[in-house]
Amino acid sequence: MGNTKKIRVLAAKPGLDGHDRGIKVVALALMNSGMEVVYTGLRQTPTQIVESAVQEDVDVIAMSILSGAHDYLFPKVMELLKEKGVTDMLVLGGGIIPDEDIPALKEAGIAEVFGPGTTTTDIVSYIEHHANIQ
Amino acid sequence: MSNEKNQTSLTSALEKWSEAVDQKVSKRPERKPEFLNTSGIPVKRLYTPLNDSRQNYLEDLGFPGEYPFTRGVQPTMYRGRFWTMRQYAGFASAEESNKRYRFLLDQGQTGLSVAFDLPTQIGYDSDNEIAIGEVGKVGVAIDSLEDVETLFNGIPLEKVSTSMTINAPAAILLAMYIVVAEKQGASPKDLKGTIQNDILKEYSSRGTYIFPPKPSMRIITDIFSYCAEHVPLWNTISISGYHIREAGSTAVQEIAFTLANGIAYVDAALKAGLDVDKFGPRLSFFFNAHLDFLEEVAKYRAARKLWAHIMKERFGAKNPKSMMIRFHTQTAGCTLTAQQPKNNIVRVAYQALSAVLGGTQSLHTNSMDEALSLPSEESVQIALKTQQIIAYETGVTDTVDPLAGSYYVEALTQEIYDRADAYIKKIDEMGGAPNAIEQGYVQREIQDSAYSYQREIEKEERIVVGLNRFHIDEERPKNLLRVDPSVRTQQVERLKNLKARRNNDNVKNALAALDRGARGEDNLMPLIMEAVREYATLGEICDVLRGIFGEYQAINTLR
Repeated sequence: MGNTKKIRVLAAKPGLDGHDRGIKVVALALMNSGMEVVYTGLRQTPTQIVESAVQEDVDVIAMSILSGAHDYLFPKVMELLKEKGVTDMLVLGGGIIPDEDIPALKEAGIAEVFGPGTTTTDIVSYIEHHANIQ
Repeated sequence: MSNEKNQTSLTSALEKWSEAVDQKVSKRPERKPEFLNTSGIPVKRLYTPLNDSRQNYLEDLGFPGEYPFTRGVQPTMYRGRFWTMRQYAGFASAEESNKRYRFLLDQGQTGLSVAFDLPTQIGYDSDNEIAIGEVGKVGVAIDSLEDVETLFNGIPLEKVSTSMTINAPAAILLAMYIVVAEKQGASPKDLKGTIQNDILKEYSSRGTYIFPPKPSMRIITDIFSYCAEHVPLWNTISISGYHIREAGSTAVQEIAFTLANGIAYVDAALKAGLDVDKFGPRLSFFFNAHLDFLEEVAKYRAARKLWAHIMKERFGAKNPKSMMIRFHTQTAGCTLTAQQPKNNIVRVAYQALSAVLGGTQSLHTNSMDEALSLPSEESVQIALKTQQIIAYETGVTDTVDPLAGSYYVEALTQEIYDRADAYIKKIDEMGGAPNAIEQGYVQREIQDSAYSYQREIEKEERIVVGLNRFHIDEERPKNLLRVDPSVRTQQVERLKNLKARRNNDNVKNALAALDRGARGEDNLMPLIMEAVREYATLGEICDVLRGIFGEYQAINTLR
């Protein structure tokens, strides 16, 4: 373990859907792998998510949506981050997200999208490799 | 022949057999050192009459249609009539959803089940900023009575039964339904259907809450009391384990937490002065049909017996109808895979069969593409046909409770009963379900189970065909159903027109009356009916109530 600083992750539920099984399982897996996780709870607006991310000084934002509102909400979060001048956060998305939507989300700055069937091991390892820790 | 003698000889014969098998197993081991079902109950190699020696047929099983209803709530079950085939549907606008309902009724579906979009479920109109991106996505957008008029256009509400998955604003949607029915010329006395109206599981598992527990329980008991008088055939609540299970619980937890919530509703209604035998028969339930086939069958049977005992012994119900669990079942969405989606057709078929063998009153079968998007018309059709094949072709419907008497099923029924009962006792000690939820106990139990389940899949202790074993190269399906993003623009336009057209003074007065009523102790249903009739919007009505009752703040259980 070369890293002395722990990776800090904001686990967030943007939008209105209450499906939090996925994000909670992922959050528990990240915690068990040694990361520090702050969970926002349900129904977070993009503004709230960005504020929490800045306030908590996280390295990673992991968002989950299962309602289909990702096409509006994920890019909105990226837009607000840019407005705040935050450019070094790793932002990830998960949930029920059709393949054909992924290119546009990546275009908007979402680094990776994890769909149903992804293992938590894969997510942990992705974050360990890509998080931008100073 | 004495029973005791039989038992003794069986015991020694079984011992001998087991020894011999153990010897063989030591050379050629079984697939796993221990077999556990999803509830963590150890499954034995073999079940024999010794495993249900505790069982007393008349007391524990009885006859279908009779206490304790283990074998079913009706005496003839599916020999009389099949379960109601009820597919949950709704998306985009009221017009679009109306088309899907008419399609489903044409396909032989026998009841409607309305899915609402998330802004509707948490009491916001489509023009609210918080609704951007969500309007019409997971269900139909309803802002006012006008939308409900469109939703049921050409569908005689007197003749269909309609289930509405609506919780925090259930009173408002029910009021809209009644008013539309009246406008069609139907009498509220003849209306059949269900509102979900189960707020406790929203706090613990599903997330579409608005108000804190206390005022929420008041709205619920107001509905019980209003319907007992005016809409007597309506199921005033559907106490739901479905979402508890989807959130990750085990089968035992599903039954335990659902019935614990049920106990809380009965307690609240009794406290509000209602008669248990008046509202008791209108309580309905909603369970999940998951993968472990025989565990599921046993689960439904255990739930029937446990609830019967609770209603009779704990609450002193006299009317047998108050003691019956009548339930809807939906196959487990969380078991569907995005990989090899056609495999889901098979999963759904077995899950549906377990619900039928477990004696369900109505059933939704999931569509194969639901891990990817909203279901297409084709996949909905296959899902519905799955039910028709079980009903008309398999023969399992020709006798009542055909798996009864299986040594395994009976032993498992009792085991699930005992374990769920132990949970309920624990929740009682915590002061009941609302307290257990406010302390985060229920949520933690569920999230721990969800985490273990995921770990089992990742460690390949649990095999999911096509996911962690038996892969194939495949192309992901294209042309998934999508909701037209212009739905929001249309809804906002409709709202604007409505607000210009309606009598805004009447709306104001109706909302002021609701405000006064909510501050006092009046039954809220007639006041909501009045507001709805004047085309007050769902958001306006909820805003009044939010102003008085406040909003629920969820506890963070990940700390």
